[in-house]
Amino acid sequence: MSYKIPMGPYHPALEEPYKLDLICEGETVRDAKLHIGFNFRGIEHLAETRNYIQVIALMERVCGICSNIHTLTLCQSMEQLTGLTPPPRALYIRVVVAELERLHSHVLWAGIAAKLMGFKTMFMTCFELREKVMDVLQAISGNRVNYSMNRIGGVNRDIDDPLAVLAMVQALEREMVRTVIPIFTTSSTARSRCAGIGILTREKALSCGVVGPTARASGLPQDLRRDAPYAAYSEMEFNVPVQPDGDVRARLLVRALEIMESCKILRQALTKMPPGEINTGDAKIVFAAGTATSRVEAPRGEVMYSVSWKQDAKNPSRVHVRTPTFANMPSVRWMVLGARLADTPLIQASIDPCYSCTDR
Amino acid sequence: MNLWNRLMCFSRRRSPWLFHMNSGSCNGCDIELIASLTPRYDAEQLGVRLEGSPRHADILCITGPVTRNSVQAIKTVYGQVCGPKAVVAIGSCPATTNVFIDSRTLDGPLNRHLPVDVFVPGCPPRPDAIIQGIAAAAGILAERAAKRWPAESVMVPMADPESACDCTKCDCTKEDKSSADTPAREVQP
Repeated sequence: MSYKIPMGPYHPALEEPYKLDLICEGETVRDAKLHIGFNFRGIEHLAETRNYIQVIALMERVCGICSNIHTLTLCQSMEQLTGLTPPPRALYIRVVVAELERLHSHVLWAGIAAKLMGFKTMFMTCFELREKVMDVLQAISGNRVNYSMNRIGGVNRDIDDPLAVLAMVQALEREMVRTVIPIFTTSSTARSRCAGIGILTREKALSCGVVGPTARASGLPQDLRRDAPYAAYSEMEFNVPVQPDGDVRARLLVRALEIMESCKILRQALTKMPPGEINTGDAKIVFAAGTATSRVEAPRGEVMYSVSWKQDAKNPSRVHVRTPTFANMPSVRWMVLGARLADTPLIQASIDPCYSCTDR
Repeated sequence: MNLWNRLMCFSRRRSPWLFHMNSGSCNGCDIELIASLTPRYDAEQLGVRLEGSPRHADILCITGPVTRNSVQAIKTVYGQVCGPKAVVAIGSCPATTNVFIDSRTLDGPLNRHLPVDVFVPGCPPRPDAIIQGIAAAAGILAERAAKRWPAESVMVPMADPESACDCTKCDCTKEDKSSADTPAREVQP
């Protein structure tokens, strides 16, 4: 006999309000239904009432973890409409900030995953590590969360001393190799909670259309930074870590290896950063009528923006956002089938869900 | 104040337990709240603890601009926190609805629904500011612990009937509005 266990919308295992209805037989989950919409702020509608300066500040607040990615994608699509090209130094600064954001997001996720495993020491270690990244982000942008770095035609702030950031990159890399990766891969606590649970096979991943680390952990080698390079990614050398297993451990490993790759990209971007202007100046911006789309690899996967502008309009006529969690969300159902009830909080967190992005 | 009350005040001030609630926030304030409890800022050494259940908590930390979908949940959870209790609104969103002002899917700001004790403004506020806000709320909690928890404190003030009803579009008179809207409503725990 099956029974339904509602999880959420306000549940200690969930970072954000959403509801998971689990249909169980004994301890085994037979089906799951996801209810979202608690974070719906109507941002896409609000964007149609804001001008091109205000809309950047508004879209930055779609998500507090990947705030830079949203402005980067929006600015890239608005640059297509205005015909402005950012100078090379601005592209490098965009890469640096995007990679720093990926670092802090992945370390944060590792912390939350450790907490859901019941491994609170690791949670604290990860958050301490994350503060190193936050220090650098604060030194560059002046804020810990909403960096407001991007503008149409470049970035707002320069990185005065790129080599000072390298010290943080080295310290982070050392700590990852010395503590975080060995503990997550070899400790029996982490292994017994992660290995073999929440499996998403390659075929299922393809049919669900998952993106980002969730796809790469199911053996799909996709990464927009390599496949469709934006900003200065075409000048960087890096690998795309892929794991074939498709379980929670694979997702953990992919993110841990991505942290190492991000460090590699940061080191190249900081040493190769060309001198020059950081934006195209304060001249009046004229928008061409039409629609422009832009895709960016966010920490959670692919983000797509589609911005439409009418002739001589002050405000965009449509700003459409497609977030990675929207693509990854349906795969949770296939991951929890047959899983134990106690494993479901970790399984649903393993896609690194961000429902404030998805609901908007 | 007798010895028992003094002891209660001391313990309320020294170990405020939090329940964190996201009413449509962008995660920025939520992560900063968690960051304020972790080793760098370490509010846990002050006895602050994040609890999983509102029934164990003293202070309700609310982030976000209060979406329509979360209003009822906020009121329910507020009713579930045992008295004496305090409410801390973290971020600019619960204070003013921030950049989301004019959105039709919001029912904010927060003080239309709950009596807020401490506002911590900022987008998002720094962890230092959040800790200061929690410390202020712990002081308020200790004051409340000194008194008997009054029954009317669990009453939730309704929104001002003047602002709730747009008189340019509806033809109701003032008497109608005041009779239709009771000034306070009790929250079912």
